[in-house]
Amino acid sequence: MKKIEAIIQPHKLEEVKEALKGIGIDGMTILEVRGHGRQKGHKEIYRGMEYQVDLLPKIKLEVVVPATRADEVIHTLITAARTGKLGDGKIFVFDVAEAIRIRNDDRGEAAL
Amino acid sequence: MRKILPILFLLSKFAAAQTAPDIEKKLADLDKAVKSAQSAGDNAWMLMSAALVLMMTGPGLALFYAGLVRRKNVLGTMMHSFILMAVVTVLWAVIGYSMTFGDWNSFVGGGQYAFLHGVGAAPNPDYAPTIPQQTFMVYQLMFAIITPALISGAFAERMKFSAMLLFTILWALIVYFPMAHMVWGKGGLLNASLGGKIPTFDFAGGTVVHITSGISALICALYLGRRKGYRMDPMRPHSLVLSTVGACLLWVGWFGFNAGSALAASSLATSAFVATHFGAATAALAWMAAEWMDTGKPSVLGAISGAVAGLVAITPASGFVKPFPAMLIGVAAGVACYFMVSRVKHALGYDDSLDAFGVHGIGGTLGALLTGIFATKEVNDVLNGKALGWVDGNAGQVLNQLAGCLIAWTLAAAATWAILKVCDTVIGVRVDAQDEIEGLDLSMHGEEGYNFEA
Repeated sequence: MKKIEAIIQPHKLEEVKEALKGIGIDGMTILEVRGHGRQKGHKEIYRGMEYQVDLLPKIKLEVVVPATRADEVIHTLITAARTGKLGDGKIFVFDVAEAIRIRNDDRGEAAL
Repeated sequence: MRKILPILFLLSKFAAAQTAPDIEKKLADLDKAVKSAQSAGDNAWMLMSAALVLMMTGPGLALFYAGLVRRKNVLGTMMHSFILMAVVTVLWAVIGYSMTFGDWNSFVGGGQYAFLHGVGAAPNPDYAPTIPQQTFMVYQLMFAIITPALISGAFAERMKFSAMLLFTILWALIVYFPMAHMVWGKGGLLNASLGGKIPTFDFAGGTVVHITSGISALICALYLGRRKGYRMDPMRPHSLVLSTVGACLLWVGWFGFNAGSALAASSLATSAFVATHFGAATAALAWMAAEWMDTGKPSVLGAISGAVAGLVAITPASGFVKPFPAMLIGVAAGVACYFMVSRVKHALGYDDSLDAFGVHGIGGTLGALLTGIFATKEVNDVLNGKALGWVDGNAGQVLNQLAGCLIAWTLAAAATWAILKVCDTVIGVRVDAQDEIEGLDLSMHGEEGYNFEA
């Protein structure tokens, strides 16, 4: 099993969700996060006081999928979340040791 | 015919004898009815105005300031305004009203109205002859509430709540009540219409409210020092939405503040209402334009700050100037206050957190001086035909206005410094470093403003 973490632009969330649903991925966890990479922040001025705001709001989306589906999911994510500009985000992929459904103790891919 | 005439004559005599007292009585009744109708109209407007001025403190100022601080201090900041609605009220009843409007000397009133003794339904002919003195008293109370609340913008996010309470009580006793007596009290040093030695024009409290609070704010900012992390940590306003709502409430409430200062539902009230609105509008535009040219963007905070600066500056002038001079005063206030808070403050390096000095001190002083230029007897013939300001040909009035400003600056600065010293010795004015980092909401009040998970 693979855990796929995608950090994406907040306004791309709906598109990404729909695209994942389209390939049969229903479960996911969404976190509202802030961060920055190469996309520099912006300047805000309040009564002459300048603030460089470089931690920008982003969405972190987490899905755990069978290893065989990882490439397909990653491809779908990239297609839906890409605008081609700085700040589109990143995807990280991890190995998952175990998955357990709390309701009935299902294990492994059956729990996904 | 000859026989009838005397009879007619007698009859008419008889009729006159019968009706003369009736007519007199009717006239007296009519007179009474007219007076009571005028009193009803004036009283309705003045009660409404009193409520409008209270609305300026809470929610107006409370929201305006609360939006400008960081999230962790939102409640503490609102509490500064809110609790003064209670503290100053009690103080006013006990001695404040008497110190302000009682007779004694030209600096402070005596004790004749202590505990509101004799303040009832009968009007006080010196101040407001058509409304119950109780209405006048409660209307003036609302001014005493908002003035110390304005100062809280300077010590926001770092003053101990207990010290703030003590500071406010002493400040009202030593600065506000005497200053208000000097400008508005009978025989007050600066009172233009009731026998002051240096007649100044301050219609609704430019000197009394805005200069005193603005200068005291500067002293507070200097005495307390900068907030921890000033210029290092981000201190962006946490919600300009709250501030914008607050500013709009201030604008509306200000009609009670300025037009209400006519103390009657008169054409003078209308004139002050108009001047107030026009001054606010041009000041908002002027600040926005200055900022737009300066930084490239017209900010919402700029527009609302401009409106407040204009309202401050038009306050002393509102009952003495025509609409176009009011608009000029607004433009001057918008531009001057913009450069004060965006440039001069940063150059000097003091931390007037929410710009109480930059807006109220500078806007108030500017407004007081410009009142000396634009005040005209055509609007308010307060000196029975004599020229008022420079536009009437009395250029010397500007000097009187300056004298009034200097007295207010000096009294406010010296007294505030002394009061802070006392509070610092007795309680300590500044919160502990740890409390400041944690935020005043938690450290002072044991609450948080936004419990989203609740």
